[in-house]
Amino acid sequence: MLSGILIFNQKGENLIFRAFRSDCRPRLADIFRIQVISNPQVRSPILTLGSTTFSHVKHENIYLVAVTKSNANAALVFEFLYRLIMLGKSYFGKLDEEAVKNNFVLIYELLDEILDFGYPQNTDPDTLKMYITTEGVKSAIANNPTDSSRITQQATGALSWRRSDIKYRKNEAFVDVIEDVNLLMSATGTVLRADVNGQIVMRAYLSGTPECKFGLNDRLLLDPGESSGPSSGRGGGNGLGTSKATRAAAGSVTLEDCQFHQCVKLGRFDADRIISFVPPDGEFELMRYRATENVNLPFKVHPIVREIGTTKVEYSVAIKANYSSKLFATNVVIRIPTPLNTAKTTERTSQGRAKYEPEQNNIVWKIARFSGQSEFVLNAEATLTSMTHQKAWSRPPLSLSFSLLMFTSSGLLVRYLKVFEKNNYSSVKWVRYMTRAGSYEIRF
Amino acid sequence: MFLAVAPFAPTYGSRSSNQQGKVAELRLELNSGGKKDKNYSAKKIALKKIVANMTMSNNDMVALFPDVIGCMNLPSLEIKKMCFLFLVNYSRMKPEVALKALPILVDDMADNNPLVRALALRTISYVHVREFVEATFQPLKRLMQDNDPYVRKTAAFCVAKLYEHDKKMVENSDLIDRLNRMLKDENPTVVSSVLASLVDIWGRSESISLTIDYVSASKLVSILADCSEWGQTYILEALMAYVPQDAAEALLLAERIAPRLSHQNSAVVLTSCRVILYLMNYISGEKHITSLCKKLSPPLVTLLSKPPEVQYLALRNAILILQKRPEVLRNDIRVFFCNYNDPIYVKVTKLELMFMLTTKDNIGVVLAELREYATEIDVHFVRKAVRAIGKLAIKIESSAKQCIDTLLELVDAKIPYIVQEATVVIRNIFRKYPNQYESIISHVLRNIDDLDEPEAKAAVIWIIGQYADRIDNSDGLLQDYLATFHDETVEVQLALLTATVKLFIQRPTKGQQLVPQVLKWCTEETDDPDLRDRGYMYWRLLSTDPATAKQVVMGQKPPITAESEKLDPRTLEELCLNVGTLATVYLKPIHQVFRAARPRRLLPSPALQRSPVEDGTGNMLDYNPPTANMPAASTSNSGLATITTTGDPITPVNAPPPPNLPIPAPNSVAASGPSNMNEAADAADAYFSGIGSQQMASLDLGDVGGGGMPQSQYVVTQNQQQVYQPHLAGGAATGELLLL
Repeated sequence: MLSGILIFNQKGENLIFRAFRSDCRPRLADIFRIQVISNPQVRSPILTLGSTTFSHVKHENIYLVAVTKSNANAALVFEFLYRLIMLGKSYFGKLDEEAVKNNFVLIYELLDEILDFGYPQNTDPDTLKMYITTEGVKSAIANNPTDSSRITQQATGALSWRRSDIKYRKNEAFVDVIEDVNLLMSATGTVLRADVNGQIVMRAYLSGTPECKFGLNDRLLLDPGESSGPSSGRGGGNGLGTSKATRAAAGSVTLEDCQFHQCVKLGRFDADRIISFVPPDGEFELMRYRATENVNLPFKVHPIVREIGTTKVEYSVAIKANYSSKLFATNVVIRIPTPLNTAKTTERTSQGRAKYEPEQNNIVWKIARFSGQSEFVLNAEATLTSMTHQKAWSRPPLSLSFSLLMFTSSGLLVRYLKVFEKNNYSSVKWVRYMTRAGSYEIRF
Repeated sequence: MFLAVAPFAPTYGSRSSNQQGKVAELRLELNSGGKKDKNYSAKKIALKKIVANMTMSNNDMVALFPDVIGCMNLPSLEIKKMCFLFLVNYSRMKPEVALKALPILVDDMADNNPLVRALALRTISYVHVREFVEATFQPLKRLMQDNDPYVRKTAAFCVAKLYEHDKKMVENSDLIDRLNRMLKDENPTVVSSVLASLVDIWGRSESISLTIDYVSASKLVSILADCSEWGQTYILEALMAYVPQDAAEALLLAERIAPRLSHQNSAVVLTSCRVILYLMNYISGEKHITSLCKKLSPPLVTLLSKPPEVQYLALRNAILILQKRPEVLRNDIRVFFCNYNDPIYVKVTKLELMFMLTTKDNIGVVLAELREYATEIDVHFVRKAVRAIGKLAIKIESSAKQCIDTLLELVDAKIPYIVQEATVVIRNIFRKYPNQYESIISHVLRNIDDLDEPEAKAAVIWIIGQYADRIDNSDGLLQDYLATFHDETVEVQLALLTATVKLFIQRPTKGQQLVPQVLKWCTEETDDPDLRDRGYMYWRLLSTDPATAKQVVMGQKPPITAESEKLDPRTLEELCLNVGTLATVYLKPIHQVFRAARPRRLLPSPALQRSPVEDGTGNMLDYNPPTANMPAASTSNSGLATITTTGDPITPVNAPPPPNLPIPAPNSVAASGPSNMNEAADAADAYFSGIGSQQMASLDLGDVGGGGMPQSQYVVTQNQQQVYQPHLAGGAATGELLLL
């Protein structure tokens, strides 16, 4: 497992060096600095030199590095590094050079707690915050043996993510369904790829130890007769076209695959597709899912790009909103690539603002509010400088970003969220839907 | 609060007076406060500054060791933690000072606060100093039975730590037996920690074997759901030590593990994949296998929505799993299409996977996609895309024409590196489909002046030589290259030699002036042994019997294939037992990358479905482990798994002995200089004439390419694909190793 955790800033200064095994020597910090940070040719997150492997993740302006010897579980290494980032965010708001420099002691203390002999231990922020505290908060609780036992039970228990003594006057739960819709459209307008990566984030403010049941318009749950079981249905995504259409009409969604938070009883889901769990307190990601059938694309983009000789490119980009006129998208940004030798541009838009960003080689067209069913057009012209060594322009795809509330590209809906608790309190549940652009690219 | 940090100075050795001053200042601050400072806040602040300077100021802080130990016993957990951290960091530099902390740690291991007990135990076992290790043994035995699970889990890891410090001492004690007994603990976190510790010890010992029987394995699977995500990973890793004796048991376990594939943590997902793939070796029945394979696909694809590093790992493993179980990933190839912003290592791996998944049904979509990639900016990636098109032409015969058309369109864009790459792959297409696509030769030769890379030049020269009779000005083209013969690389020179000979054989009148010249250069004016040898060979061939020479040089050669991505069965099997580990990123035999890694193999059992090495290319005898190591259904009295220190070490896997090739007896030809050239030539002649016809027959020219393999086929290897500028590709990005 891990021999050490190192953190560097962009200049290559070693901010944190924690060895968990005697084979993690201090000079490894110099080796990483020389071989990775100051070597522009390194393009892989994993580097093995002799018997030492450096696995690194770049986050904000720091490098987080795990040192391993021998053939370690690489998935565990990267999951852990990302968990460390998540913990940093949870403790300091964000994990960057400044946060590290202001919290050396806490970071070392955390590392000592969440790794033992290089094996990740409980990394749940709620539990950790019970006894690893930030500036100003006294850790008086940990000095008292009975309280300490409560912490240790919590850190090693089956419900390690939840304290048992949580109380709220008003019991509420918020569910956010966030979908990233990915599109890759060819220059001829055919959809090469369209899929949805969904994420369900929950904020639970519930007392005691609530048992939640969560229902979606999951096809396999709603039409159990159609296939013999979840296992046979999950693999065969390409069923008959006609039955697909009827399913969509009936308002159910085929989830290609789901992944759940630690708290969800996976056995239950595998057997009868019921999502049942005891939530952590506060915000957490309940599940992720993927859908590839009947993806509703919120925007249709029609670009016409003409290269006129070697000195000019003409653009005409039309974008149409494909959703109900009652809805509107916000922060719609269309990035239109320009050749590297663009000297100047002119733009005209029927809505929003367009601006040339030379450092990105893009014309950026922003529309703050985009109502459903409306259509806008941009006309632009890029004047090119002549170059002695003319190389063909690679025409990178045009890309979109946006967010659209109360809309899911997959058609997913939350049917219910039930909360069972022994005190039988009533609770208020809220649900919100949002679709964002994941990688929404149109070639031209 | 902002902490002052000494400026970073990479030079070791001389310490500036400034830093000396800093140490003195911190010492003063640490000892300040006095009795008025009830909460020790002054000490805390000083300690925080010391910790902050620990990493960043080149060990100057070690001077404060005695002062820090002085603070260790203060009644504040916060201070204690900082002091312990300091101790762990510097004990190896100053063991004699560190010893003063030992009594404090021993006391703390008996503290009535479980957090303090665990902290002290964790700290003392990090210190690589003999007295510390010795002092840990007795308290550890007590703490392994502590009534607090948090302490017990810490104690479990502590055994592995002590094993790292001193193998012998642990093996001679009863610690491993005690650890084994802890597997019966009622707390799942403790059990998973014990397993992690046992597996860690197993990995570093030659003399210890780890076995788990079905009942124990089944029990472990049942506690999976109650463990943290990391604990689940440890249990899953340990399950690899279970050898199913019965197909139904293996199936049941695999099905019970399958729900883990929906976990959010990719370590749990990939380790579950590993265990399920492993168990599948012991499961009979096509139907069950297919159903399990179907369960593996969606989670692998879902990992593509994780951060790029995890995507990369998932993709590398997909390449691996696909070779073992082609049923996996039968879904839409388009999920593996590259996003414009994917990091290069993800893109290149997706490309490889796309190549593997392309069939004659989806090749249209794939080709359109590859064409797009060929216009991107990253040269390395573009080259790979062009290569892939050429390899697809070789892989899917019915679509070869389509691939060639795509290649020619790309060539027309006249981007030099695309043209060169395309030339190389078109040469391979000619080798695969002789006499089918020669109509495009003129198209290829149009760009001959743009070629400046040796591989591309060699490719086009090969084409000229092979088709010398169909290219009108073949002699002229060759002459152009021959003009710079001495400046070319050996690769190109070899190609020129062969091409010239081919030209002469096919069009003697045109070649007769060139051949003697080239043969003379190759035999007399070069240092390269291969070039000389080949030069002499052609010379003799041509001078002895031109008709035979024609048969030999222009004879039919076995076609090449594109199925080279395939790992050899033995490596494949080994890597499949290591899904999710670093080795799967490199896709190379594990001992090549990680020499110290303990080998894993499929152990035989009545339920094992196939012989470990499917093709029979490996030598079964030295591959199977000694049967003495077969776990007889664990009769352990001590719980879930047993780890035993038997006197029967597992013999490391030895590489098979090199095959016995018929090597002609070495003779004393020492053609070292032009002076004894004739002598050497005579000696060679004498030697060859002395070889009996039988010996000649045993050389069996028909089998040259295959090297004794059942099928004699040349392959376009993956390595060949990477021959280009590995330094530009960044080595590691392509999965290659960089050694110091």
